[in-house]
This record gives sequence, structure tokens and C-alpha cells, in this order.
Amino acid sequence: MAETGRLRLSAAAPLGLPLRPVTVLRIAIIVAVVVIWEAVSASGWLYRDVVPSLAAIGKALYVTLSDPTFYFHLGTTAYEIAIAMVIGGLSGLAVGILLGGSKFMSRAYEAYLYYLGPCPKIIFFPIMIMWFGVGPGSKVAMGAISCFFPVALNVAGGMREIDKVLIRVGKSFRANTWQMVTKIYLPAMRHPVINGVRLGLGVALIGTLLAETKLSNRGIGFLVIQAYSIFNMPQMYALLIILFVIAIGANTLIDRLGGLHDIKRS
Amino acid sequence: MSAAAALAKNRYFPTAVGIGSFVAFIALVELLIRVGVINRFIVPMPSDIIAAFPRVIVEEHVLQRFLLTAGEALSASILVTIFGVGGGVLLYRYHLLRLATETWVAAVAAAPLVLMYPLYLVIFGRSALTIVMMGFSAGLAPIVLKTLEGLSATRRVLINVGRSFNLTPSQQFWKILFPAALPTIFVGLRLGLIFALINIVGVEFLINFGGLGQLINELAERYDLAGTYAAICFVILVSICVFILMERLERWLRPVD
Repeated sequence: MAETGRLRLSAAAPLGLPLRPVTVLRIAIIVAVVVIWEAVSASGWLYRDVVPSLAAIGKALYVTLSDPTFYFHLGTTAYEIAIAMVIGGLSGLAVGILLGGSKFMSRAYEAYLYYLGPCPKIIFFPIMIMWFGVGPGSKVAMGAISCFFPVALNVAGGMREIDKVLIRVGKSFRANTWQMVTKIYLPAMRHPVINGVRLGLGVALIGTLLAETKLSNRGIGFLVIQAYSIFNMPQMYALLIILFVIAIGANTLIDRLGGLHDIKRS
Repeated sequence: MSAAAALAKNRYFPTAVGIGSFVAFIALVELLIRVGVINRFIVPMPSDIIAAFPRVIVEEHVLQRFLLTAGEALSASILVTIFGVGGGVLLYRYHLLRLATETWVAAVAAAPLVLMYPLYLVIFGRSALTIVMMGFSAGLAPIVLKTLEGLSATRRVLINVGRSFNLTPSQQFWKILFPAALPTIFVGLRLGLIFALINIVGVEFLINFGGLGQLINELAERYDLAGTYAAICFVILVSICVFILMERLERWLRPVD
């Protein structure tokens, strides 16, 4: 069935259609969504402004992006996430190497990471507030905790998959621990590490921004919750669009820079 | 072989070391708090946290809260299973639709959807519906993608066997495609349900509504330190139990290689 569909699609191209059927369908879906959105917006079926018109969202997007204070908040969030990535990423890397390098350590401790990893991290926020205060410290801590688990688990998994020959080569050259990490382990497991960083960035972003929505007076998360409290729906949509573009863009960028895209295809 | 080497090779020794070092860490924290190195108004004594468990369970109606969260999770799971598996089947059935939208679904899977909770609050109100819909949104994309992956990976020979028996499209789906794709679909269900659960507890905490997530928020706002830590430990234990259960179910469904 899928095969016949594929044959029909490939047959459509030489007929001289200006656009491929896939592109036509994509455009049709987008147009349908826009039409339905505008119809719902104009109908008043939902509460006023819950579904603002696309023009209002576009205007809010323009206003937000041309407002200098937005960049202050964006800078704050970016700073918090960057620090969180450094702390969570490096500690995850160290723990991952430790667990992946020793069968004993892995059997003793990895289960804790494995099961704590998928727990909802935001529930640790009250503890982080007590430990690091209500300022950026607690948001950085939330991001670091979120980032730590995927990096540690990916690195540990990557360590176990390193070709034993490479490790023996390093040992035969009498490389010390630092040299083994920098010359053998990290280059050999760069793909799992980058995948861990990619996953870690995604969850660090969520952890930091959720913490900002809960208790903060700066950052993009604060702007989102402020837009909610003053019921500025176009601005909320605009901020969510910006956030999604940044998150998906960062995800894709790491994917491509790390060569993960090629691995998946090969 | 020396006694130490024999011990290291023992199957249960690493697990015992893991549990032992965890207990030792707890004892060390208790000691440091008692001697005043760690401020007891920031980190409560582990013994106080353990003592707070019965109080939190009885006075804070943990069972009712657990059932409320479980009910929300169950509702989201049913929704996400119906729409996720249905969406995956739809994309498999209509190849053009798959080509047009699969990358969009993958982008949605990578998007931080939980940040939309203020929007859901406006649309659905501060109610259980917001929490259920948030869980549903978070779990949908992985199930769609895994269902599609499972159906697409059905071995050609199995499909041909179905054709040779002149099965109708419905029989072909229920007798061949669906059973063959079930293990992969269940991987997607496990991922989707875990995402849903994480988001449900998280949003309960953030909007201070519902079951276990709200309990943590309430205790923290009362500055009941031992209670807050006990509630967090309880939520972690519940999460771990759910993950183990899902994992066992997935293993049970996975065919033997």
C-alpha cells in the first residue's frame, strides 16, 4: 500500500506539476489550520482573546522582538541555561565515565540514575529554593539537575560501547587517566556524548523555564507567566512561538553539528 | 582467588555496596546536621523525614491524592493511546500524509510542550482537565512516531503471507500488521506514558492543583521541611514503581530473539 503510494508520488513529478504533491499537501494543511484558527478567533466560540487573530499574534511577535527588555530576559534565561549546562553536563560526563568505565560501579549505582532520570525534576524546586535562594541560583540548579541525568546515562552507555582495541592501544602507550579520557574515551564516544548534550539541553531548558514560571522576576519563563497573569494572550503566543523556535533550532543545530543526522541516515 | 576478588565477583555484592553507600550517605547527612555543619532549617534530618512519612500519609490524605493523580494519568493514558496509535496508523495508511507531516510530528516531540501550561490554564481553566490535556499533549508525539515505526518495520514476508491467504485490509491489519508492530508500539506507549506522568505531576506542582504534585507545593509553602522532603521521596518512589511496572510489561510483550 505504501509502495503503491510511493510509485504514484514519483510518477507525479514528470507530469510537470509546479509543486510536488507533498508540498501541496503541506501548504493545504497550513492553509486549513490558518483558516480554522481565524474562523474560531472571529466566531467568539471561546472566551475573548483565548484564540487571538494571527495578525494580533504577529504584531505581538514584532513588539516583543523589538523590545530591548525582552533581550534582557532572554539573556538572563540563556545565562542560567548555559551555567546549568556547564555544571550538569560536566558532572554528568564525569559520573558517566566513572559508571561506564567500571562494571562494578555501574552495577552498584547506575540503577539509581536510571530510575531517578525520568522522575519529574520540577518537584525538587522547593528544595533548590531553600538551598540556593529565589534568584537565578535555584533556576541554574534546576537546569543542572535536569541536564545531569541524560548526559550521565548517555556517556555511561557510550563508554561501554567503545572498541576495546582502542582502550588497549591507550593502555599500551601507558596513557594516564586524563590522557585516556581526552585521547581515547571522549573522541571514541563523541556521538553518545553529543546525543546526551542534545537531550540535556532540551530538559535543562524546560527545567530552567518552568522554575522561572514558578518563582522569578526575570527570564523568559517569567515573561510567559506575566503575560498569563495580565491576560495578554497574543504576547503569550508570541513568547511560546519564540521559545519553540529556539528549542527546536538548538536541538537541530546540535544534531547537525554533532553529525547525529548522518548517523541516523546511514 | 583472594577473598576480595571473590567478593567483587559475587552477583549481589555491587548492589549491596550501592545500597550500603546510600545508607552511609544518609547517616553522614544526619551526623553533619546534628553537629551543626549543615543547617537544619535548610536540610531536615533524615530521621525527621522518615518520621514525617506517617504524618504526611495520614494527615495529607496521600491515598486520595495518589488516586487523583492516578486518575488523571489514566485519563491521559487512554486519550494518548487512542489518538497516538490512531495517528500512527493513519500516517502509515496514507503515505503522502506521512511524507508531509512526519517531520512536524518529530519537531513536536522535541518541543518543550510543558511550557504551554499557562496557555492550557487559560483554555481549560485551573482544573484537572488542564493537567490531563498537558499529559496528553506531552505523550502524543512519541506514540505516533513509534506506532509508525513499528508498522513500517513489519517484515515483508509476513505481509506477503497475509496476501497469499487473501486477507481483507482489516484482517491484514489485525492479524498481521498490528501484532507484528505491538512491541515497538509498546515502547512508544511506555515513553508516552512516562512523559505524560512527568508532566501531570509537574503541572500539578506548578498550578497548585490536583494530587501528589500539589502536596509538595502545599507543604513547601507551609515551610514544613520534613514533610516536603517526605512528599518528594514519596513521589519519586511512586514514579519508580510505575517505571519498573512499564518496563516489565514491555519486556513481557517483546518477542524472544
